[in-house]
Amino acid sequence: MAAAAGWISTSRAGDRLIVAAGGNWVVTASRDLDRQLRALAALDIRSLVLDLTKIEVLDSTGAWLVLRTQQELTAAGWTVAVENLAPVFEPLMRQVSESGKTLPTVLHPPPRRFGDLVARIGRVTVAQIARGAELLSFLGLVCITALRILRHPSRLRLISLVNHMEQTGVDALPVVGLLSLLVGVVFAFQGADQLRQFGAEIYTVNLLGIAILRELGVLLAAIILAGRSGSAFTAAIGTMKVNEEVDAMQVLGLDPIEVLVLPRLFALLLTLPLVAFFANIMGLLGGAIMCWATLDITIPGFLRQLRSPLPGWTFWIGVLKAPAFAGIIALIGCYEGLRVSRSAESVGRLTTRSVVESIFLIIIADAAFSIIFSYLKI
Amino acid sequence: MIFHDLDLEVRRGEVMGIVGASGTGKSVLLRTIVGLIRPTAGRIEIFGEDPTRIDAAALHRLESTFGVLFQDGALFSSLTVAQNIQVPLREYLDLPSALLNEIAAVKIAMVGLPPDAARKYPSELSGGMRKRAGLARALALDPALLFLDEPTAGLDPIAAADFDSLIADLQRSMRLTVFLVTHDIDSLNTIADRIAALVDKRTRVGTMADMLGDEHPWIHEYFHGPRGRAALAAAKESS
Repeated sequence: MAAAAGWISTSRAGDRLIVAAGGNWVVTASRDLDRQLRALAALDIRSLVLDLTKIEVLDSTGAWLVLRTQQELTAAGWTVAVENLAPVFEPLMRQVSESGKTLPTVLHPPPRRFGDLVARIGRVTVAQIARGAELLSFLGLVCITALRILRHPSRLRLISLVNHMEQTGVDALPVVGLLSLLVGVVFAFQGADQLRQFGAEIYTVNLLGIAILRELGVLLAAIILAGRSGSAFTAAIGTMKVNEEVDAMQVLGLDPIEVLVLPRLFALLLTLPLVAFFANIMGLLGGAIMCWATLDITIPGFLRQLRSPLPGWTFWIGVLKAPAFAGIIALIGCYEGLRVSRSAESVGRLTTRSVVESIFLIIIADAAFSIIFSYLKI
Repeated sequence: MIFHDLDLEVRRGEVMGIVGASGTGKSVLLRTIVGLIRPTAGRIEIFGEDPTRIDAAALHRLESTFGVLFQDGALFSSLTVAQNIQVPLREYLDLPSALLNEIAAVKIAMVGLPPDAARKYPSELSGGMRKRAGLARALALDPALLFLDEPTAGLDPIAAADFDSLIADLQRSMRLTVFLVTHDIDSLNTIADRIAALVDKRTRVGTMADMLGDEHPWIHEYFHGPRGRAALAAAKESS
């Protein structure tokens, strides 16, 4: 990048305009050159001599400026002569003018218009319906494969199953435990604050029992596992997809559903209820600590109050939901993983989608359970 | 230690081909020179400046004087080809958008991409087209120095030969200095002025004729092995 910028100076010789060009005609100087050259078109002359004698450095942008000026003015009815190009620059000028014949005219995708919004809504809707149908057929495929496995249990990959149980269950205990404990603490604190106004602090325990056992314990566990394990499933299977490992498996006669999906599904079906149970205990523990600290309810008192009024179903309602949530997390995680194409970029995109989709479906399913249970009056 | 007593000089306007067995550090050498890896010892000079010893502003300026084509083009996947080419222009210069578009169009045509490639995203391009688009981006600022990392790897022989002749054309017309890391003996034969072979943690530099006469076992095997012989015979026949 030399210092002397490119310049042009114009002079008139009769009815001809003589433009002397000099200096460095390079991309760094192109802003001013571009403006000056475009200004020529406004002049009321129809003949131009572009004298390039003094040009010291020419790059492809500079060459393009020369050619563009020549082309545009010629098209506007001028006679243009380009003179005295130094021989060293001739190959470049030839190359650029050769390229100039096949210039792309449309460089950018068309800008978005209002109508596009409607089109986009339609496109996304159709795509979502198609994906829903595909997910259903994936569910069917997994069910069929699972039934086959149950007929021949020796085909179940035990080591893989145990490995996934460790990763999805045992390794998740610290984070699930801590978060449940904190939620229990917060719930007890907020509940006690409100109920104290009626002198009904003792019902904080009932509130905690119902909220945590029925809803929060299992929901927290499921959401954390969706973020931890669902995303891990998608990323792991997706990476194998990128490396063509899944294709290799198929060619070797291994069923990816059997090898990759079922161990994860079974592992999650077995561990999520246990993790949810752990979340319940920790949530109640957090609540009990808070009750003891702020309401002077002792731990035995807490347990007595917890047991007496709760319908016997409360605990089981929470735990019953766990396998359903586990199925959602494992199915979505594996399904999105298998949808990865051969680009690394799609792994990231589908991992995000898998987490969002499974949390979305978990909450939908939870709402559905609430409706069903309220019809069943339990 | 990857290199020991390595001394390599690339002269202005030449095409220097770097060869070496897998794992000898061809790519490490390139990445070290362009500043992606910090050397633990030794000196690097680009146009007389040592990128490891100058301040950030000078380094930023220095980085605009060379272009790098990575193996698979390394295009930004969220931008179209035209936008990719405009990235360095927007970073270093303040140009009106009409001129930016013209420069991108000229570069796209110069690297031999079809006009409709301009508004495509990298994922919609074939491997060869991605490399061409990557080359167009590397050339956006008309650098004097161009680094190419395995430009013909993964291309079919016809596409590879086309790419070689494209590089040769551009090198001549834009008067580029080219640092070419390659496995491809055909590329070396057609476009390299000199060759540096990475053996025993250092380089042995010479022309093709020097390399053919070199007694070092790896170099001998490389240029006189079955593939080397076939490529050289084919080149001789065609010339």
